[in-house]
Amino acid sequence: MSPQLLMLSCLCLPLVGGGMLLLAHRRPRLRELILVLTAALSFTSALALLLQFREGNLLRLDLLTLLPGLDLMFEIEPLGALFAVLASGLWLPTSLYAIGYLRARKEEHQTRFHFWFCVAISATMGIAMAGNLLTLFVFYEVLTLSTYPLVTHIGNRGAVRGGRVYLGVLLATSIGLLLPAMLWTLHVAGTLQFTAGGILEGKLAPALAGLLLLMFVLGVGKAAVMPMHRWLPAAMVAPTPVSALLHAVAVVKAGVFTITKVVVYIFGTGFLGTVPAQRYLVYLAGFTVIAASVVALRQDNIKRLLAYSTISQLSYIVMATLALAPLALTGAGLHMVAHAFGKITLFFAAGAIYVAAHRTQVSELDGMGRRMPWTMAAFAIGALTMIGVPPSAGFVSKWFIIAGAYQADLYFVLAVIVLSTALNAFYMLPILHRAFFRAPEGRAHGEAPWPMRVALVSTAAASVLMFFFHAPILALTRSLTGAAP
Amino acid sequence: MREHLPILLVVLPMLAAPICSMLPRGRQAWLLATAVSWAVLAIAASLLIRVHAEGTISYALGGWPAPIGIEYRLDGLNALVQVLVAAIAACVLPFSGRSVQDEIDADRQPGFFALLLLLITGLLGIVATGDVFNVFVFLEISSLATYGLIAFGRDRRALLAAYRYLVLGSIGATLYLIGIGLLYALTGTLNMQDLAARLPAVADTRTAQTAITLVMVGLGIKMALFPLHLWLPNAYRFAPSAISAFLPATATKVAIYLMLRFVFDIFGVGFAFGRLELNEVLLALAAAAMLSASLAAMQQRDVKGILAYSSVAQVGYIVLGAALATPIGLTASLLHLFNHALMKGALFMAMGCVMLRVGRTDLDAIRGLGRRMPWTAAAFVVAGLSLIGVPLTAGFISKWYLVLAALEAGWWPLVILILVASLMALIYVWRVVALAYFAPNESQRREEAPLSMLVPLWLLVLANIWFGIDTRLSVAMAESGMRVLMAGPP
Repeated sequence: MSPQLLMLSCLCLPLVGGGMLLLAHRRPRLRELILVLTAALSFTSALALLLQFREGNLLRLDLLTLLPGLDLMFEIEPLGALFAVLASGLWLPTSLYAIGYLRARKEEHQTRFHFWFCVAISATMGIAMAGNLLTLFVFYEVLTLSTYPLVTHIGNRGAVRGGRVYLGVLLATSIGLLLPAMLWTLHVAGTLQFTAGGILEGKLAPALAGLLLLMFVLGVGKAAVMPMHRWLPAAMVAPTPVSALLHAVAVVKAGVFTITKVVVYIFGTGFLGTVPAQRYLVYLAGFTVIAASVVALRQDNIKRLLAYSTISQLSYIVMATLALAPLALTGAGLHMVAHAFGKITLFFAAGAIYVAAHRTQVSELDGMGRRMPWTMAAFAIGALTMIGVPPSAGFVSKWFIIAGAYQADLYFVLAVIVLSTALNAFYMLPILHRAFFRAPEGRAHGEAPWPMRVALVSTAAASVLMFFFHAPILALTRSLTGAAP
Repeated sequence: MREHLPILLVVLPMLAAPICSMLPRGRQAWLLATAVSWAVLAIAASLLIRVHAEGTISYALGGWPAPIGIEYRLDGLNALVQVLVAAIAACVLPFSGRSVQDEIDADRQPGFFALLLLLITGLLGIVATGDVFNVFVFLEISSLATYGLIAFGRDRRALLAAYRYLVLGSIGATLYLIGIGLLYALTGTLNMQDLAARLPAVADTRTAQTAITLVMVGLGIKMALFPLHLWLPNAYRFAPSAISAFLPATATKVAIYLMLRFVFDIFGVGFAFGRLELNEVLLALAAAAMLSASLAAMQQRDVKGILAYSSVAQVGYIVLGAALATPIGLTASLLHLFNHALMKGALFMAMGCVMLRVGRTDLDAIRGLGRRMPWTAAAFVVAGLSLIGVPLTAGFISKWYLVLAALEAGWWPLVILILVASLMALIYVWRVVALAYFAPNESQRREEAPLSMLVPLWLLVLANIWFGIDTRLSVAMAESGMRVLMAGPP
């Protein structure tokens, strides 16, 4: 298959699958078969794309020209290929999980749910492959809008309220800050193309570049850098499959992915090094890491705790990207993957507990390790990844970020990582203690349905496997720093 | 025959109007009016093509050459506006068949269509003519027809709205008339080109400046420029569905065209903007319109009210681009004039469908619309996205140009203003969309509008997408119109 066709299929397969779902509205089994097949095919094409990219093919697709110099086009670069494979790869277990979850909860409007999920994945693919800032922006907004029906899926008052915060923050930041930043970039640089080495060097005074960078970092609300983080806890009203894939992987990673792309391909790490204000943004991200962890300490609701943990972990990536050291950038790419595996496992487990035991609070988890051994074992692996203990994926990425911090002499970053690791342990380990070392209470119950179990075990396994076999991912993220001398 | 097309365009609907009113049944009147509107569209399109192929067409009415006789003069700008008016008419008339049957008594329907044809006559005449007094005549024809048409509304408040518009519209027309009277006294001519040539000699007199002010204020009322927009919201809200779909897409646009013609082609940018600094007044009013009308739209309880206030805000966008007086600014302005007609036409048509099935258009009537009328609701969503200015819709293109123009002129605050107003548009459109799709509703019965309404509605919706993706045609047209204006007075 030609590379262009492959890119198009990455983008369109989820949409086609979504359309077929709608047609199979009245036949749940067929609908679910279509869903799983779509996810599998999407993953395959993303993987094929990655292989093509590694062979060194130039992968570029011009979709439309809106106005001269303003086109929608896609171009694959290392981080984008990684992100595409990550999102579509985790979609496969998530679709299994979602089928089990929605059936067990007897949710209404399941077709609508799956349909919007497909649209959201397609938008994620668009973000991953975007070749210029405009394309990225377009799919960024599609992702925001397509996830709104998922966040408010339950349809009660709380869901609508959460949805309003979600949409309000994400749209206000993107239209109020990201769009002006984009226009400014276009005005100054005359292009929005992602170019190795950046497009702004020598065209913008460093002081103004600092302001522009601030607008980008805060304008990408999906990266949840404080104070733009409020939407993420609000989004936890969504059904758990949404929280797992979208609000631990696709949506939030789209945010940090955008920031990384902007840093590497719009500013260029070389130019950004001359911008004095860039240091303060590292501090802001570091502050978010610590502050969100502290807030997570005080949460009793499992999903809210995980949301704050996500906010903290996202800022790791932002901080590592802004540290501008090649090793830290590698670490940022690795952490995107590692955190995805870990956090999706944690959410899967939280959802499994909710389905099987109807429990949502940390304080209700006493003895859960004995009732649901598979689920809690996976949860433990996820928690270890968050803390960064070997043998889990989180260790590898933290290792590189720390090495990068040394490389750039950023002891602030180092201190933040050490402190936050301690904090992560403080809010994760008590949960494990409750689950495994306290006696269970209440009536007995078993594990969640098998599709959910399959999903959470596979992501937990991936999280461990990445500790041992991270060479391909490492090679990809290394070539990212190669693209940015 | 071919050389008489410019006048035929205006005369055809004018002659059809009395025939229409004499037809015994509303159905027949509707058929005739629809046929006429399509013929008019065909003529307008052929004229536009001819203008692009052969350049400006000048037609001397009755064989009397200008400046003695009345001249119809078609160039890249007004040929485009004519096509716009004709195209909207050709979409709205098929659409109106069902909704007029529903909203207006059978014995009054022929009269309704006769007035509608007169309105089309007036609008096309204003655009075509190259004579400022002739403009006044057609302005009155279209205004009188509009007052009558608004009063056809089923709601009793339509009468009050029509009366209010009658009073304000008459004031506007009178101011315009006094203005051109003064100009005539000064220069002794009513022909636009002639006027433009003779005006510089007397430009420094107070009479000329008073005349210009009067003309601008008069047109400001007609185009509903803030703060002269007070007639518009209720007029659009209570008018019959077909009229509220037709007016925002055409009537205000024609008035804006007229203002552009006066400022750029008759007074000249150097004089109107350079000496009199009208551009600063226009900029301030446009900014105020965008903010205050968007704010008002956010507080409306009726969807037609929301759309009406949004129209006032959009007039602000169009005037903003023009007031920058740069090539990109004017292109943006003309693009938005065109694109806004497409989106507002579609949005009001969607409300016409709701009116037909539900009987009202307040926010409660929208509840659960996504399930009851899926096609109508989807059309509203797409046109609403275009109104907000989402990429891949026509609205994005014009706003993009507007932002570029503001950037090029170095007006940062304007960029922020445009973005803030777009954000407000997002909020008021979203309120409707959220109710249509995410609000629980007891009645889940399917009651989609008939095809005769859905097809024209979706034609406009698809045009919104088409001109958001393939911009070559619309941008080229806007640019050719822009060149006419930038060339200035002869």
